[in-house]
Amino acid sequence: MAITLTVNRKHYAVSVDPEKPLLWILREDLRLPGTKFGCGAGLCGACTVLLDGQAVRSCQTPLSAVGAAKVTTIEDIRSVPAGKHVVEAWIDLDVPQCGYCQAGQIMSATWLLGQTPDPQDADIDAAMSGNICRCSTYLRIRKAIKQAAAATQADKAA
Amino acid sequence: MNAADAISRRSFLSASLLAGAALAFHVRLALAAENGAPVGTLTAFVRINPDNSVVIGAKNPEIGQGVKTMLPMLIAEELDVDWEQVRIEQTLADDKIYGPQSAGGSRATPVNWLPMRQAGAAARAMLVSAAATQWGVKPDALITSGGMVRHAASGRSASYASLAPAAAAVPPPAFETVPLKPDSAFRIIGTPRRGVDTPAIVRGAPLFGIDTDLPNMVYAALETCPVFQGVIKSHDDAAALAVKGVIAVVPINSGIVPKGQKDALAIVADSWWTAQKARALLKVEWDLAAQRHFSTAGYEKAAVSSLSGAPQSDILRKGDVAAGLAGAVKTVSARYDYPFLAHATLEPQNCTGLFDQDRLTLWAPSQAPTGGRKQVADMLGIAPESLIIHLTRIGGGFGRRLMSDYMVQVAQIARALPGRPVKMIYSRADDIRHDFYRPAGWHGLTAGLDKDGAIVALKDHFVTFGAPDAPVRAAEMEATEFPAQIVPNIHFGASWLQTNLSTGWLRAPTSNAMAFVFQSFLDEVALAAGVDLPTLILRTLGEDRLLPQVGRAPQFNTGRARKVIEEARRFAAWDGKRPDRWTGIGRGFGFYFSHAGYFAEVVDATVSKSGQIKVDKVWVVGDIGSHVINPLNAEHQAQGSVIDGLAQAIIGQKIDQVDGAVVQENFDGFPLMRIDSAPPEVAVRFVTSPYPPTGIGEPALPPVIPALANAIYAATGQRLRSLPLRTAAV
Ligand code: FES
Ligand code: FES
Repeated sequence: MAITLTVNRKHYAVSVDPEKPLLWILREDLRLPGTKFGCGAGLCGACTVLLDGQAVRSCQTPLSAVGAAKVTTIEDIRSVPAGKHVVEAWIDLDVPQCGYCQAGQIMSATWLLGQTPDPQDADIDAAMSGNICRCSTYLRIRKAIKQAAAATQADKAA
Repeated sequence: MNAADAISRRSFLSASLLAGAALAFHVRLALAAENGAPVGTLTAFVRINPDNSVVIGAKNPEIGQGVKTMLPMLIAEELDVDWEQVRIEQTLADDKIYGPQSAGGSRATPVNWLPMRQAGAAARAMLVSAAATQWGVKPDALITSGGMVRHAASGRSASYASLAPAAAAVPPPAFETVPLKPDSAFRIIGTPRRGVDTPAIVRGAPLFGIDTDLPNMVYAALETCPVFQGVIKSHDDAAALAVKGVIAVVPINSGIVPKGQKDALAIVADSWWTAQKARALLKVEWDLAAQRHFSTAGYEKAAVSSLSGAPQSDILRKGDVAAGLAGAVKTVSARYDYPFLAHATLEPQNCTGLFDQDRLTLWAPSQAPTGGRKQVADMLGIAPESLIIHLTRIGGGFGRRLMSDYMVQVAQIARALPGRPVKMIYSRADDIRHDFYRPAGWHGLTAGLDKDGAIVALKDHFVTFGAPDAPVRAAEMEATEFPAQIVPNIHFGASWLQTNLSTGWLRAPTSNAMAFVFQSFLDEVALAAGVDLPTLILRTLGEDRLLPQVGRAPQFNTGRARKVIEEARRFAAWDGKRPDRWTGIGRGFGFYFSHAGYFAEVVDATVSKSGQIKVDKVWVVGDIGSHVINPLNAEHQAQGSVIDGLAQAIIGQKIDQVDGAVVQENFDGFPLMRIDSAPPEVAVRFVTSPYPPTGIGEPALPPVIPALANAIYAATGQRLRSLPLRTAAV
């Protein structure tokens, strides 16, 4: 039986085991490989996506738990107002090294700015400590979040 | 220079090799076709499009070290194009066309500094020569810039694109003779450039090995023997095969057990998730009797007993260490140790293969495709030339992907399913439990000081792993370990324990451990000598000179070492004072020379009452030669290396073994650094010196570990001699 799914503002019908994690549906069935597999256990954040704007670990989210929620992945993160600024700050500061964790980092950072428009270091630690960067790009992640926060605020003021 | 010779011989002059170069590019031509067909292919590395944009081939594997940006910068510089005109394409793996292609040892910079510039200069010379012929002027009357050739006297100019068809027919000059720009003319080398893939990464584009997607592709998960070197006795795959979506179960050899034996079962399915689930239904009887007795506890016991005896083998014997110690005014003795470590790249090991009509094509996130090609050909019994290897972007290397097990594995699975592309992916547990680990080691050290506080004798008994009378991979120790070349009486000896684990190179291999041992121990020696560590090192270095070459290790220049140490003292405003009481706040120093780079680092750390370690700031001073080719990336690499080193020290990283099998399975048991434990500031400064540039992916890592351990001593009086560092409450 096909299950309907809304991902990046598009509707999909997938016929798979409802227990299959969203991560693998995105990667294998919808051919959206931007969302990454890192640990499969909710420990690294590489698979982070937004579910109705909330950052979740897609490796821990079975299809059956998605329901009517709207999924946003890295491929469409620019459609979220803060997401666009996060991506731009990431490019500006050249945050990535290998780049593998960065989709997850960007999703978590976008969610953080939605919650906390002017995040302090402690807010960044709390929101981002679920996202591992094996290359340790943390200094730039912190800086880029602050830069994106300022740009998002400026947008609102305008 | 050999590499240059090799490339000029191979990739130039011969029509067949130019055909090879064209072949190399053809695979990605669809990508490059945005401007129509290229108008000229000049050398294996440069292609000019009709709109005067330039495609430059990046030949080395990109693991996050920035080489895909850096090598093309060298070509673009000498080709004399604007960086904005350039688009970068990863080449295939084929060292016959491109020269050496590996990501290891921080070697890409020294090996390619000249050849890549020469490749760009040769292509430029061909364009200039085409223009000179067309205009009937001498080539040296022409200048180039921004992808244009100009003749000042007549005011004529032409774009590279308009000249490219004629230039492609010009015989390429020999690499060695083509003139290179003087440093003063550099407009790209030495300027900050963002990673060429950064925009694609933040778009979620399919760049990585694990993103490989081919029509009709199937997925494989591996059930590998949990105990290294164990093999399959018998197996029953009926239940797994009955799962909907499962296509096949293929017994394979991962390359670490004898040929003919199998130590893993590949479950192939229409989804990796399905394959991984079906894996639980396999019934396998393993033969592990010979490996069960290997354990961390066993190694520790054996190492301690070995340390109290004489070393099994000599690494270096110089002067008379016994007499030197007997005559010393003071002696210092200590034991240091460190554990096995996994690489834990964030992209799990994976590889995609397609076996079709006796040809194998691999999409390999490999740091060493040349080695992989050999091993795969050997395992399959096919000709190495019959393999096509696509290099993908790599989600972290750290040395793990210098090994080729994933290529060997997927090759066997693909051959069992001819015509079907197979993507094999390790689960995280597979990745951590089937690594090639940084080997553990134990050191028993003694140093003797004379009445002036100079080191007169030094002794180290290094216990590690060997098979049976030589060290295993990455367990070597150099006879040049500082200060062995300077101190008159030295005895370095080794003893080797047995292990069934595979070992391998981890970022700054051997140095990552040796720096901790020697620079921490030298801090103890400095204390006994009544000075601070930088003073002891400077005093030991003596006058500026080049120490003798030993084997293939890079030569140690005491003057370059002195400069980075002095600069680090200035940079961090190091006052050299030893604390008179333990405040929980401390500062430590570390220096190390590895991978031809000289690094001195200072760490400020705070230890809480409960013993929690916090790194407040790190200062890094490095000398990587005459040019920092891409200063933006160099700073990022140094910062990343430093935080990587701190991860080995403060978050509890270690690999344990029980009953022959590795215990840790995921990032709970084998933690990685997270943002809330990373230092808020890592300040980086480079000093230049008149020597060829070298790589920056590794040498900034080793000194930070002892600098931290020494800072913790300064903060608490606790001398931590075991990694990972564990402080007691203060
Ligand atoms: S893959 Fe989902 S948290 Fe690591
Ligand atoms: S950039 Fe490599 S894991 Fe974050």
